[in-house]
Amino acid sequence: MNWTRKHLLGIEDLSAEEILYILETADGFKEVSTRSIKKVPALRGKVIVNLFFEPSTRTRISFELAGARLSADVINFTSTTSSTIKGESLVDTARNIEAMGVDILVVRHPCAGVPHQLARAVKASVVNAGDGTHEHPTQALLDMFTIKCLRGSLAGLKIALVGDISHSRVARSNIWGLQKLGAKVYAVGPPTMVPAALEKLGVTVSHNLDEIIPEVDVFNMLRIQMERQAQGLFPTIREYSRLFGLNRERLARAKPEVLVLHPGPVNRGVEVTPEVADGPRSVILNQVTNGLAVRMAVLYLISGGGASAATAH
Amino acid sequence: MTSDLSGTQLAHASVILSAADFASAFKVWKEEIRSALRPKERCALIGIKRRGSALARRLWETFKSAMPQLEFGELDISLYRDDYHLQLSQPKVLGTEINFNVEGCRILLVDDVLYTGRTVRAAIDQISDFGRPKCIQLAVFIDRGHRELPIAPDFIGRKITTSFEDRVQVLLEEMDGEDKVLLLKAGAGAKGHP
Repeated sequence: MNWTRKHLLGIEDLSAEEILYILETADGFKEVSTRSIKKVPALRGKVIVNLFFEPSTRTRISFELAGARLSADVINFTSTTSSTIKGESLVDTARNIEAMGVDILVVRHPCAGVPHQLARAVKASVVNAGDGTHEHPTQALLDMFTIKCLRGSLAGLKIALVGDISHSRVARSNIWGLQKLGAKVYAVGPPTMVPAALEKLGVTVSHNLDEIIPEVDVFNMLRIQMERQAQGLFPTIREYSRLFGLNRERLARAKPEVLVLHPGPVNRGVEVTPEVADGPRSVILNQVTNGLAVRMAVLYLISGGGASAATAH
Repeated sequence: MTSDLSGTQLAHASVILSAADFASAFKVWKEEIRSALRPKERCALIGIKRRGSALARRLWETFKSAMPQLEFGELDISLYRDDYHLQLSQPKVLGTEINFNVEGCRILLVDDVLYTGRTVRAAIDQISDFGRPKCIQLAVFIDRGHRELPIAPDFIGRKITTSFEDRVQVLLEEMDGEDKVLLLKAGAGAKGHP
């Protein structure tokens, strides 16, 4: 197939073929990071701006390094959320940055839909690096890539997303992507975080981690946002960890070849115990390494053809 | 680098090397290359994906019993092209595999067809990113002329005369089921590929 999209805004509107094409392209990029000169000239002369309206370390650094390894010029714009940054002024910010000759905007924003709004307003390509509780497509792609690298295919795998599914953009992007690639997805957590209505997305809802452990091939342990405790979603961190945390005893009941993923940053002792996070079934650091290859692939693909290929996604 | 042919284009193709011609040209080419490899030096065959690397693999398979230290690598030049801004979509990334140290190595770069020389330029640039080889030599199975860069092959399987718009297609048993070289004349359903 030929890649024709100008933006990467989410996983929901990608086809399975497009997802697999990104993962295959990422596979070709993995080797670049092992060279003595970790750089290829593919995006020489292009300018990428990381437009982050929400704190992030690894996603921003990963995009920054991905751009650098493709020989693009990368500029970081980080702004803490301010009530004045919304509506027209957001578009103005982006247009002003674009006026300096920018080719790709990598956008993270606490409001859902901001990357889509910017994609309509600017001529540059837009990559969604997380919008509110909506989507985080590159995280889902790197999760799928990590599983595919180790398992060959996702078809038929049983994958459990554990944690605050209803507030997680990582979960949403994963649910759409994993199902497109033929995996069976479980959403696991307390009812306040995993409402039964999630079954409308095609997933199997479970409030009992112990029950499903023996049949799961991959655990993706989502980060618990500590500030949510104040909203009464769970009584105590300790209780959450006791019911939904992955520890050595639980892992001993899982399939021997099970994979443990975590999008980071890990709250050690909450989602996973340190011995699981650092143990042989953990692929958390593979995810970080693979994230770089996936983001290189995305930046490479969407910058294809310059102005002539500007068939809006 | 060559792209795949559709059935309609094949109808207008003329055969320049039949399977028998291919075999005899390959044999002579292979012996010339063998004589250039120095058993006492670190040597490597690096093929340009996809058909160049298939040819390099064939050479490596026949040389490696006598030269067990001979290395083999494959290059995908799509990230080093000089025309990516002119393409409608990015070329597919096939991946490069050079799992040995090129520093100080005698490298024989292998491709199926030599045309403008731009692919070879990209390949040399890429090899330089892995280190500084002792030397790089170039072996091409078909030299069809029309260079746009100062690049000269060291080993040529067969030199043929073409016009700039023609296409030359090397078919290989590994991927196409037979060894054969086709010439697609311009205007006969063939598109020149830069």
